[in-house]
Order: sequence, then C-alpha cells, then structure tokens
Amino acid sequence: MGRSVKKRRVSRREVVLRRLESLGRRFCKQIEKGVFPWIEMKSRSTDNIFYSPELRQYVLGDRVVRRSSRIVRHLRPFTQMVWTAYFVKELIRQRKTSTLRDVYYSAQAYDIFFKDQVESDNIITDLETVMGFPREDFNVFPEERSAVFGDLTIEYTVPGYEGRRLNLTSHPDGLMIGPALTNSRIIRTGADKVIVIEKGAMFTRFIEERVYEKFNAILIYTAGQAPRSTRYFIRRLNQEVGLPVYIFTDADPWGMHIAMVIISGSANAAHLRDLTTPDAKWAGVWASDINSYKLPSEGLSDIDIKRLHELSRDPRYKGEPWQREIKTFMKIKKKCELEAFSRYGLTHIVDKYLPERLKELET
Amino acid sequence: MAQTFQEISPADFFYRNREIVGFTNPTRAIFSAIRELVENSLDAAEAIQVPPDIYIRLSQDEESKGSRTYTLRVEDNGSGIPSQQVPLSFGQFLVSSKYKLKQARGTFGLGGTMAILYGQITTNKPVCITSSTGGSRIFKYVLMIDIEKNRPVILDRKVLKNRWKWHGTIVEFHLEGDYSKAMPRILDYLKLTAIVNPYADITFVDPKGRLYRFERKSEEVPPPPVETLPHPHGVDVETLQRIIRSTECTNMLSFMKEHFHRVGEQTARQFLKSAGIDERMNPKSLRPDEIVDLVRAMKNFKDFLPPDASCLSPIGEELMRTGILKELEPRFTAVSQRKPSAYSGHPFIVEVAIAYGGKVPSRNDITLYRFANKIPLMYDESGDVSWKILRSINWRRYGVSPGMPVAVLVHICSTKIPYKTVGKEIIADIPEISREILNGIREVARRLRRYLMRRRHVEQQRRRLSIFSRYLPKIAEFSARLGGLEEMPDINRLYKRQVIFRDYKTGNSYVEGEVFNAEGYKTILVIAKNKHESNSVNLRVLGLTGSRWRVLIPEVTLEAGAEFYEMLTKRARLVKVQVKSAVRNKPGTVNVFIDGLSE
Repeated sequence: MGRSVKKRRVSRREVVLRRLESLGRRFCKQIEKGVFPWIEMKSRSTDNIFYSPELRQYVLGDRVVRRSSRIVRHLRPFTQMVWTAYFVKELIRQRKTSTLRDVYYSAQAYDIFFKDQVESDNIITDLETVMGFPREDFNVFPEERSAVFGDLTIEYTVPGYEGRRLNLTSHPDGLMIGPALTNSRIIRTGADKVIVIEKGAMFTRFIEERVYEKFNAILIYTAGQAPRSTRYFIRRLNQEVGLPVYIFTDADPWGMHIAMVIISGSANAAHLRDLTTPDAKWAGVWASDINSYKLPSEGLSDIDIKRLHELSRDPRYKGEPWQREIKTFMKIKKKCELEAFSRYGLTHIVDKYLPERLKELET
Repeated sequence: MAQTFQEISPADFFYRNREIVGFTNPTRAIFSAIRELVENSLDAAEAIQVPPDIYIRLSQDEESKGSRTYTLRVEDNGSGIPSQQVPLSFGQFLVSSKYKLKQARGTFGLGGTMAILYGQITTNKPVCITSSTGGSRIFKYVLMIDIEKNRPVILDRKVLKNRWKWHGTIVEFHLEGDYSKAMPRILDYLKLTAIVNPYADITFVDPKGRLYRFERKSEEVPPPPVETLPHPHGVDVETLQRIIRSTECTNMLSFMKEHFHRVGEQTARQFLKSAGIDERMNPKSLRPDEIVDLVRAMKNFKDFLPPDASCLSPIGEELMRTGILKELEPRFTAVSQRKPSAYSGHPFIVEVAIAYGGKVPSRNDITLYRFANKIPLMYDESGDVSWKILRSINWRRYGVSPGMPVAVLVHICSTKIPYKTVGKEIIADIPEISREILNGIREVARRLRRYLMRRRHVEQQRRRLSIFSRYLPKIAEFSARLGGLEEMPDINRLYKRQVIFRDYKTGNSYVEGEVFNAEGYKTILVIAKNKHESNSVNLRVLGLTGSRWRVLIPEVTLEAGAEFYEMLTKRARLVKVQVKSAVRNKPGTVNVFIDGLSE
C-alpha cells in the first residue's frame, strides 16, 4: 500500500533561470540606451502589507518602489542585487546550494561588500520580491535545524545523488530538512497524516514511542519557528500528497504563533506564495488543555499578555480555535510546555492525549 | 615734518595708575611694551608714506634673584624724531604729536613712555634711543625719567654721521616680564597687525632666538589721514570755550564757517537763525550760559552736513584681503567696507571681513579679530560690541555650524573710537556703529553662505561621481554575466572619467591636455591635484560652445599639494583644461581628470 505521488513540475527551476537571465539583459539594454538601470518592485514597508482572507496569508499591496542606479543611495544595494542575481543564477545552473551566511562571504570574492549579513539577507529578500520566488528557488537556504521522520520515500535531484531514493524511516534521529531534501521528488508514502512538533525532546519521544506507526504519521520537528524550507516541505506534503497536517506546540502565545506561521505565513514573507498550509490545524497544547488534563503550568508573564493582546487583533487569528484559546489564556493566565505531560509518565502524551485530540479534530 | 608738542600732566599719575594703560603684571607688561612701540613705529612710517620695516628683538638678560628681565629693541624706518624733541617725547608723559582731530593709532602719547617708565621702575636701567629724520646726523640718547618732576634726565648724548640718509627710530630698554606666558598673545598680536598692515614688514626675534617673519605683501601704503575741524555735533562746552579763546573771528557767521567741519555760509546762516543768535555778534562776547546754549543748539540742529570721512584712513578692501590671504591663507574670504557714517559728530568707517578654512582655527565659536584704527584689540573680547553682535547672529542660517574654521574680522576707524575703558580694549555699543557692524557681518556672511553652498554642492557631486565610478562598472559586468551576454554594455554612456593630465610637469605657458567630449553629459566635474612639493600651478578650463572657445573656469592657482574640484553645468560640446607653472621655471606636477555624468 501507499500512495504514489505525481511528478513534480521540473520547469520551476527553468522558469527561475530564465527570469534571472532576462533581468540581466534588461539592465544591459537600459545601459546601452543611456538610461541608468532601474527596477520596480512591490514595497515591503509595513503600510503596504495586507491580509488576504481569500489566500489566508499576508500579501503586498499595490505600492511599488523604484530602485534606480541613478540615485546614489540606491547604487550600492542595486549593485549588490545584480551581483546576487548573478550569483544565484550560477548556483542554480551548477545545481549547487548555499546558505545566507555563505552568500554574505562569497560576495567578497567578487569585490562586492556587504557590511553585515543583515544587509545581504535584505538584498536576497529584495531579489525574492523582484522575482516572486522564495530564496529556496535560488538554492539559498538558511542554516537548518529542523528534521523529518516517517514512511516517506523521496528521490534526490541534487548532483551526485540524482535518482537515489531514500525512505525517511531509515535514520532513527530523523533526517535534516536541508536543500537536498527540499529539492527532492516525493515518490510514495504510507502515512496518512503529518504531525508537526515544535520541541526536539517531543520529536525524539514520538519516534521512540513509534508514533509514526501507531498513528501512521510523518513526524516533523520545527525547532521553534519553522524555517521557510520546512514550511515549504509541509505545504508539499499537504498539497502534493494530500496529507492532513496537525501541529503541536507549547501552550503559550509564542507556541500558538509557531502554528499560525505554518498555516498562514508571516508578514515578512508577504511577497511570497507557496509557503503556507492553510488547511493545517493547530492541535495543541491548547490553553483549555491545561485545566482539562491538569497539566503543570506557569503564570503568564507581562510580555506573554501583551503578545496575546497583539494576536487577538491580528487578522490571521480571526476564526476558531484561535479566539477561543486567546480568551482562555487571558482567563486562566496560565501557560505550559509540551513536556508538561511527562508529569503523568513518559508515554502519557502518546497514549492518552494524542489519540483523543486527533480523534476530536478528524471528526 | 613739523610737529607740535604740548605738555599736559605729570608722570607720577601714570606711575601710580599704570594698570589703566596695560602694565598690570609682567605678562601683560611685556605684551603692552611691544605693542606700544610697534604702533609708534607704524605711525611713524605711515606719516612719511613709507612701507614700514619693523624689527623687534626681545632677549633675556642674565637672571638675577629669580626675577626675569629682558632687553627689548624695536627698530623702524619711520619719520624719526628731531634731535631736540627726543628727550621730551620719550621722557615725559602726555607729550604727543597726536593731539589732533584725525585718526591715529594712539592719542595720549603715553604708551611708549609708559613702556619705558615700566622698564625703569622694574630694572632701574636707562633707555637708549637712536633716531634720525634722514638728515646728515643720527642722534643717540641715553635717558631716564624723573618721575616726580615728569622730566627726562639725559645721561648721554651722541651724534653720529648719517652716511646712508637713514631715517627712523631705534628704542632699546630693559624691563621685567614673563615672555613664556606672554608669547601666544604677542604672536597673535603680530599676526593680526600683519593682517591689517600688509604693507608692513615685521620681524620678531624672541628670547629663544626664534625668528618670526611677517612679510610685506603690498607696497601700497594707504594715504595718511588728514587733520580736520571738529564737527558741530561732537563739540562740548570745554572745546567750544577753547576755540573761542583762540579765535580771530569777530562775528558768529565767520566763526561758524572757520572753526567747524562742513559748515558753509548757508548752513551757518540757517543754524544761527534757528538758534536765535545774531550773525554779527562777536563770539568772545558770549556769556558762559550762552556757550552752553550754543553747544545744545549745535547738537540739536539737524541740517549740518554729516562729517566727511576724508580724515579717516580705512584699510581698504583690497589691502584687508591681501592681509588675510597672507596670514590666514583661508579657502574663502570676503571683505566689505561700509559707507562712512558718524556718531555724535565723529565720522567712522566699519570694515568687516570673513575668512573660512586654511589657518583659521576651528573652534566651537567663531573666531573674532577686532581692530580699531588698525590696532588689534587683544583683551576683554567678551565686553566688545562686535562680540555681542557676533553672538546675536543665527549662524546656522549662513550654513556655519560649531567647529567650522570661521573667523570674522571687524575694523573700526574713527577720529574718536568709543572705547568703554581707558585700557582701550573694548568698544562701546553705540547704535550707529553696531548697526554698521551688524550689516557688514551679514553681508560677508551671506557671501560665505553662497560659497559654502556651492562647495557642498560640488563636494556632493564629487562624492556622487566617485560612487558611480565604483559601482557602475560592476553593475554592467554582472548584468552582462547574469544575462549570459558576451559583451559588457558601455557605461561611458552614463558616466565617463577621462584622464587629462597624469603626473604632468607644467611649463611656462599654458598647455592643454586631451579634449573631453562633453556631449551627452549633463554634469561635468573637473578634478585636479598639484602633486608638487613646493611649486604652484595655474589652471583654467575652456569650453567650446557654438564655434567659440570660452573660459568656463578662469585661472586658479593650485598651491603645492592642493586639490581642486569644480562643477560645470553650462553646456559645452568640448571641454579642455590648460595648465602652466605659476612661477617661471618652477614646474608643478599635476593630475587632472574630467568626469561626465549623463543625467
């Protein structure tokens, strides 16, 4: 048994390559005409970020900004962007990958200087905005920490590994969600759901307790706020393979928001699509669970409460269970961590909480 | 030259009150002594229209019991003093050739004598004066002052042959002082004196043997001030009584015409009529109360012509500029001579200058240099009217911010400088004068603002172009590589830098470098540097508009090591730069570039 997955569109890489090349030709043509090269892109300033209820994520408004090499203060970022475009084009062409930090250092070899990584990260975000593709499509990845484990067979596309297949149960620590995995083709899976966990300890416990077998699930560990490649991978499992996604985080505003970013994305990524999984569900730990499961808890701090107020006004938190849980948090003024279940024994969470919650959400 | 001398009051008074003339302490005394003698020398040379040559030597005597004494020697090439008047003019107080209504550096005739007196009371040594008016003999006197009797005591007198027709005066005497403390003030004083007297050559050898030379930069000595009659607005009862006592006029009409400045027949008639005085009345018959009434009537009568400034000797814009350029070497200077004006019957002229950069010190506040009748005022700056005015101006409006090297120079010349104190260091706040100072400062400040704005603009353009030159080639390179194109686009269409001269040794006449094709460039920046260690070069820029070459940037001199940026926005099809040595056979080494920017 298991479901086969249809071939992923290979053209995406080609599209990105072609778009990058035409950008370069555009600048050359401008220079030949005696015009200082310029480019327009959507403004990413906060007053141009709007929530789209249809897309269930943040999007950029219509305001555009013009980057022109004629303006002295644009010259440096403009040059950096042209170089970055050239650099990632070479990455894609040679099927190599790089990290944000690596891009920052590589620049120096070309006599291009970024004063710090923040500057180079910003330029990459500019390029994302201009191109409409996330940096992962430019083969630029952040430093990875998150991992995946479960019955999922993938086929590598990276040089040297082309065609090689791997089942993600083969490594008991889970497999790092890095560039190679992100770019791989999904071949088949025996799982029927995805369980996303914020904490490493719980991820390990779930593997040890054979949750992937008991619940027929692919387990994903986000290591706090999920990196974009992980969010993108979760989306593929949901959209390409059709698996429902359940997210478990700490019961506090920050954990709640980790789930939300996987579901509806962040304002920082408003210029990008395909990073959200709108159908994913926040499965817990809810505020209401603290009382109903008699979990050991701590009081909410002032910062926690301030954050709750912010979230209650956030358009992404409009529906349920969000508003209900925010109210409960405010009422009980308590929070707890995923590990709190260990109070009732190491397997309590797997034996009791998990089945009850999944049953509740599936119906 | 005929000079009249008058005795007024004894030396004793000044012996007891020496602080009022600036001999308070050893530091101040040594400064005042030099200053008084230098000023006498300048006046003496100007009196005969000779560019002053002044040599000052201060040497330390052998140390004795902790007190430091010095020998001060001041030599000049001035008029000299007639033999028989030497003892009186240096050995007696309040004897002066300057008790006249005209502009002069000193007035009371006690500065020089005070210095000598101070020397005598601190060292008990005589003064030696050598002088000649250019005749066949030179007289050499050794004297001391009898303080109680206010009389010179001649200890020795020698007559020398004047083979070279030398004229001038040499004063040498001993005094106690503290040079190390007085030094900065003395050097400042000499520098400022050199600014307002650029036609003077001043040499100073200090006790350590260091030579300070303030070279003459102009041969032109301003015309000496002319003596003048008192203006009716400036007359007081005492003055009027003296005039009446000495007059030969027998009626009031001719009395008014004869003895007062700018009073003619018509004005005299009108005035006497309005004052209710009979034209035929004998002035000697005026009663004391009538004299008081007459003074009041003179003060109140509005139709006297304002005093004529011909009795004044301002420095002049040209000379002042020369002096400033010579001593401060500023990057920019503006000078403004205000129109003559008068307060209470005393004519005055205010001259204001501003200097920026060069040797002008960068302080939190603007540096103020004050002058009155060509004397630098060195003490008690904060009490002065100019200081108050300088503070009242909002300098940000003129683009001047704290820490910028800006100096303001204010010179007031008048037959009567309204000093606040006897020390003659601070000028009082007279509305007529402060108005002229304020307007003068505003005018030169406006010119500085224009200069600074232009500098800033050019500097911005220069920085802008240097940024373009750094980034545009990279944009072109990576765009081409990004687009997979073989050839880089030609960035010269946007920005171009052309070398006009590289390490070029200049010749004696103008030579032009490669012509820059300026078509298609909106902004053109000429960048030049003279890399030579000591030689200056001249540079000018020409542009072809239509079929004529026109001068776009007139000749500028680039000193050794100087850089030059200038922006051109006037459209010219071709631009060329010409360079030559500033001094014959002294070649400079220049680098010149032209940058063009298309938008």
